[in-house]
Amino acid sequence: MTTLLEARRVTRIFGGGLFGRRSTLALEDFSLAIDGDRPSIIAVVGESGSGKTTLGRLLLGLTVPTRGQVLYKGQNLQKMSGADWRAFRRDVQVIFQDPYGVYNPFYRVDHVLTTPVAKFGLATSRAGARRLIDEALRAVGLRPEETLGRFPHQLSGGQRQRVMVARALLLRPRVILADEPVSMVDASLRATILASLRTMNRELGISIVYITHDLATAYQISDTIVVLYRGSVAEAGDVELVVKQSQHPYTQLLVSSIPLASPERTWMTTHATVPAGPQGATDTGCKFAVRCLFVEPPCRETAPPLFQTDRRRAVSCYLYRGAPTLAADAMGNALTAPTESAQPGRTGVTRTP
Amino acid sequence: MRDLVVYYNTPLGAVKAADSISFSLRAGERLGFAGESGSGKSTTALAILRMIKPPGRIDAGEVWLDGVNLLTLTDEAMRQVRLARIALIPQGSMNALNPVMRIKEQIADALRDHGLRMSRRQGDERVRELLESVGLQSEVADMFPHELSGGMKQRACIAIAISLRPRVIIADEPTSALDVVVQKQVMETLARVQKDLGASVILVGHDMGLMAQFVDRLGVMYAGKLIEVSPVREIFTQPLHPYTRMLIASLPSLEQKGTFHGIPGLLPLLRDLPPGCAFHPRCPQAFDRCRTEEPRPREARPDGWAACHLL
Repeated sequence: MTTLLEARRVTRIFGGGLFGRRSTLALEDFSLAIDGDRPSIIAVVGESGSGKTTLGRLLLGLTVPTRGQVLYKGQNLQKMSGADWRAFRRDVQVIFQDPYGVYNPFYRVDHVLTTPVAKFGLATSRAGARRLIDEALRAVGLRPEETLGRFPHQLSGGQRQRVMVARALLLRPRVILADEPVSMVDASLRATILASLRTMNRELGISIVYITHDLATAYQISDTIVVLYRGSVAEAGDVELVVKQSQHPYTQLLVSSIPLASPERTWMTTHATVPAGPQGATDTGCKFAVRCLFVEPPCRETAPPLFQTDRRRAVSCYLYRGAPTLAADAMGNALTAPTESAQPGRTGVTRTP
Repeated sequence: MRDLVVYYNTPLGAVKAADSISFSLRAGERLGFAGESGSGKSTTALAILRMIKPPGRIDAGEVWLDGVNLLTLTDEAMRQVRLARIALIPQGSMNALNPVMRIKEQIADALRDHGLRMSRRQGDERVRELLESVGLQSEVADMFPHELSGGMKQRACIAIAISLRPRVIIADEPTSALDVVVQKQVMETLARVQKDLGASVILVGHDMGLMAQFVDRLGVMYAGKLIEVSPVREIFTQPLHPYTRMLIASLPSLEQKGTFHGIPGLLPLLRDLPPGCAFHPRCPQAFDRCRTEEPRPREARPDGWAACHLL
């Protein structure tokens, strides 16, 4: 496999330094690889403070790692030339959570669509540009005639977010990083946006990194899932295994905490009484130890490594110490490779001029 | 509530945010109001407390609590009803607490304002009891809001809400800013105190999963109208209104990976509602009558109300 975008043993610490302020470990020794040949959807799931947004910013080159490297086609982002950055900015697109902050209120929404078309020379004529834009807008369920020519404040949050998805789609990127793309969108429109992300993956061969706090939507669209807990991987691998047969006590807690939209009422009757942990960081040991029902003495001493409990799953928990350990930098490749059952015809990346 | 109408005056004209809303809340019941943004769910809930702020105004309707129409009370009488009879757990507890007052002062303040006379020791004792009942340690009493986590702040808000043993607790998206694990703890706390008080709860929210797991009956709102009210189990197994059905079908589940069933089209603008049924442009079952005549709510099965011409 050729790795397109990779985080290799990345650590990011905020704060600290000269004045001895308390530093925050946002992400610790994290690895992830996005395969360029077999596009997949990787979900990164975590609660607030888990480091998922920091990971997104690192992958985009918006935040510099404290340790480790982020590589694009094998090149360290920090050492890339201008031309490579230009290619990177086309190949790697982002959809942010907040569809309000990303628009300049003085420009019509057309601006965010026409600018990339012009910058990257996607069309040779005005009509061609308009056709591309119309196509992209329709793909995300918007009517071009009702969208173009308006100012951001004249559109709803859901419409604005879909314009952002259309913008990302327009560039035919290799990777789209979507950071909570539907958390500010109404329920009836959420499915449409998620469906368009999946269409982009399946039909256009775009890899998606879907960052979210919502395990249910992550389960619905992703092939691989990474569950983060306070900056470290708790469990990662095949989405079916991780969600349906969770192994890490934190993943189990997370899954059981989701109120399911079904007539079966089991939510409040399951009594997994896990103490609401203190917010401060633990110095050593497993970060989940203070809240864990299965905590043992070793958990408080050294953080558990990743144990590979299945071919496509690793768990950072001593309960599975019988399984072979997985080196931190091997995790990126070991877990993100899609299953062999991946559809044929997904190898070639379709790119229109 | 009978035939409540709430308007918001906007520069582009008056908008009907809640249109002829009628429902009854039973003693000890948990009733949910679900809907997307702008559907009128919060407006309806806040109208019960007469907390609609200008440019909004309650234009018509009645809100009865124990034989008294709240909309006819004086402002001062209504102020006494709030918290004592009907309490609110607001959306975003982060902003609901006073940042420069200790938690115990905020609780005691509410008690004193409603005429409860007590010594400092009695007050402290009452605060400790209330905090304990929502699962907070007594040290929290002396803390400021910024020292608490989001879940703890929301519990503190619940403690204030139950401090005068209200008949009705209105919870407006009480957990929308919280992580799922904390959300479950907060909702369990709310369920427990509600049971202890024998109060009714109105839960307002957009999370259908939370509704499915928490409420007894669910009202679904669309474009300012209450389009269906049914027991929650029936809503999820046999929804009456096409919108309810499509909304439920659009939800992601952990049961099976399926295809996505979004609802085509867009939410209508309140100032420019389509004629007839507001949902007809997005409804796959719409027929001529839907385009011209607005459906009235009717009881389509025992305890199941919906506003749809198909029924």
